[in-house]
Amino acid sequence: MSGFSISRRGLLAGASAVGASAALSACGAKTGTETSSGAGAKADTSGSTVKVGLLNSLSGTMAISEVTVHNALLLAVKEINAAGGVLGKKLKPISQDGASDWPTFAEKAEALIKDDKVVATFGCWTSASRKAVKPVFERYKSLLFYPVQYEGLEQSPYIFYIGATTNQQIVPALDYLKKQGLTRLYLVGSDYVFPRTANKIIKAYAKAKGMTVVGEDYAPLGSTEFSTITNKVRTAGADAVFNTLNGDSNVAFFKEYKSAGLTAKSLPVLSVSIAEEEVKSIGTQYLEGQLTAWNYYETTPGAANTKFVKAYQAAYGKDKPTSDPMEAAYISLYLWKEMVEKAGSFDVAKVKAASDGILLDAPEGKVTVDGATQHVYKTARIGKVGSDGLIEEVWNSGKPIKPDPYLKGYSWAASLS
Amino acid sequence: MTTTLTRLRVPGAFLLGAVLLLGVAPLALSDFRLSLFAKYLCYAIVAVGVSLAWGRGGLMVLGQGVFFGLGGYAMAMHLKLTDAAATGEKLPDFMQLYGTSDALPWWWEPFANPFFALAMTVLLPMVVAGVLGFFIFRRRVKGAYFAILSQALAAALSIWLIGQQATTGGTNGLTDIQGFFGYSLDDPVNQRMVYFIIAAVLLLLMALARQLFVSRYGELLVAVRDSEERVRFLGYDPANVKLVAYVVAAGMAGLAGALFVPAVGIISPALIGIVPSIGFVIGAAVGGRASLVGAVLGAIAVAWAQSTLSDAFPAAWTYLQGLLFVLAVGFLPGGLASLWFVLRRRRTRPTPVIRTEEPVAVTVGETA
Repeated sequence: MSGFSISRRGLLAGASAVGASAALSACGAKTGTETSSGAGAKADTSGSTVKVGLLNSLSGTMAISEVTVHNALLLAVKEINAAGGVLGKKLKPISQDGASDWPTFAEKAEALIKDDKVVATFGCWTSASRKAVKPVFERYKSLLFYPVQYEGLEQSPYIFYIGATTNQQIVPALDYLKKQGLTRLYLVGSDYVFPRTANKIIKAYAKAKGMTVVGEDYAPLGSTEFSTITNKVRTAGADAVFNTLNGDSNVAFFKEYKSAGLTAKSLPVLSVSIAEEEVKSIGTQYLEGQLTAWNYYETTPGAANTKFVKAYQAAYGKDKPTSDPMEAAYISLYLWKEMVEKAGSFDVAKVKAASDGILLDAPEGKVTVDGATQHVYKTARIGKVGSDGLIEEVWNSGKPIKPDPYLKGYSWAASLS
Repeated sequence: MTTTLTRLRVPGAFLLGAVLLLGVAPLALSDFRLSLFAKYLCYAIVAVGVSLAWGRGGLMVLGQGVFFGLGGYAMAMHLKLTDAAATGEKLPDFMQLYGTSDALPWWWEPFANPFFALAMTVLLPMVVAGVLGFFIFRRRVKGAYFAILSQALAAALSIWLIGQQATTGGTNGLTDIQGFFGYSLDDPVNQRMVYFIIAAVLLLLMALARQLFVSRYGELLVAVRDSEERVRFLGYDPANVKLVAYVVAAGMAGLAGALFVPAVGIISPALIGIVPSIGFVIGAAVGGRASLVGAVLGAIAVAWAQSTLSDAFPAAWTYLQGLLFVLAVGFLPGGLASLWFVLRRRRTRPTPVIRTEEPVAVTVGETA
């Protein structure tokens, strides 16, 4: 190949463009210096309504889960407005679609803060989406309320974590298994951050407390091939399976599990990502008798829950179940409302300062905001899937557990962070 | 008179583009819109390469996400390391959380050097494309098989990245990037600077691509696309011709990925897999893959439409995107750009639909 003829004209024009652009852009702040100009987004609280951002995946693979959370958020907005709003102002929900795509979440978070000037944002499901929006909320000093259980090890000053951290879900689940004498565990999970981090914690716990991890396997997110893994599980000599699989993979896993002759009696599976909605899509016949770990079930007793379930089903359909992330999303708006009213202002710094000790009689029981970690005291609940597809509680922690995202209060976890 | 106009047409259009991108857009758009626009321009940079490889070379590059990702990760690794160093940490934040060892992996270490990292954003994709292309084109793999191979590669890379959570951040990718070569990305002034760099790179690469298009090599590339066997009979090696287009397109995608990181602040496997890789070519296909301006405007327009329409019709957007692609490929292979030429041809003289540049007289034996 000979004969490239690149004329000088084009290159010169390009070079001058670069020069012009360099001249045009004066240099800004260096890293490490505090920039007041970065926090240029001011929430708009001037009118008779204030906007709240709802940031969920309404399309893409996560939509099936996140739409239910979105519905629960809308229900809470409607209820709060019917009761007079917050500080006398009605809430106007602005929904943005994260489209199950992490950079899109970051873009939409910025749109909510800068374009819509929302007073607070509620949403995100996957850890990846939360990690993507975290710098955005920190940059603009705006608040995000995150409603899903997660892998801990995070404490952003601009995020309130309303779902469980590991010491409110995974650690109590391990305590429960140990008490039942199920000490040889097989770990099965989807290949992403939550399962890998959860399993690190489980292994540290097992090592310190005399339990044994007899196997550990990861399947790519969305994988439906589980014959190899179930075969390994069957022959590994485990007492129980700790399941951190997410989404569709559970359907394939439990079908394969049953056809391999394994049952809840012979080898129980404890899952941390299967709630009422998932039980329905996997099929009750495959899950009956299996264990789950959450902080809320549709069957959780109490007047607050009866009211929530009734209101949800009245709004979205009689057959629609309520689940832990939905409940957390629902209460996140009420918790924010309490904080704002205690602060007497929508101002982020004042709301944060007012957050400590906010108490709510929630559907899941009493919850209290821990101002230091911006997490919530929650009661851990182990449940068993019933023949009707609902989950019945078989054990709970008795009282709300203090959130400890870095597991600092657990000596066996010292090596983790 | 007409000849002067024709001669001034290209530099004139280029100047107009430069004025719009570097002058009008920064004045007309708010900081937030400008940073979104910067993101669209990154996709446009990929489209320049797609226009070369697919539009001119007929290579259906459905795996540009791989090169975009390599460039993006190379840049993000450097920025994460400088962020960590700025706060006195030895390891980036995610490694401290999810990592298994206390030492930086050996393949991260060279990325602490800014020159190495910058070079890698372009060279790494080019080398990967070079090695891959060498074997693919030599074995005369083409058409659908080439497209499937590109897709498989994109899937493989994203699965590998997800699996290596301790060293790549897994599904989360590399996020929370604070600085760009010492400048804080929190500062809107620096965000504007990033925009100017991206716009300038786009203009530069368009100029470069345009020169390639009208060069003898560009003629040869189109010839290979239209009739590979004849080119072979004329004594050229089509494999080499295609390899150059593939490697240059990969380099451009890598650079786009590298610029995407400071503009958006994240690079993750979600930007590399099969779906985003298809997304990279849809804009070019809709706008007109054989026309440089068509491909670039198409990429910007589709990205803009995605941002805007997905708010109003979240579930419908994906279908619309698919429909656009099918319509463009099935009924308007030259994209929207060809409409312009169809209309113009009616008024003036016949021009082949796919061909969007004026024919250029090539003197045989002319060298650069």
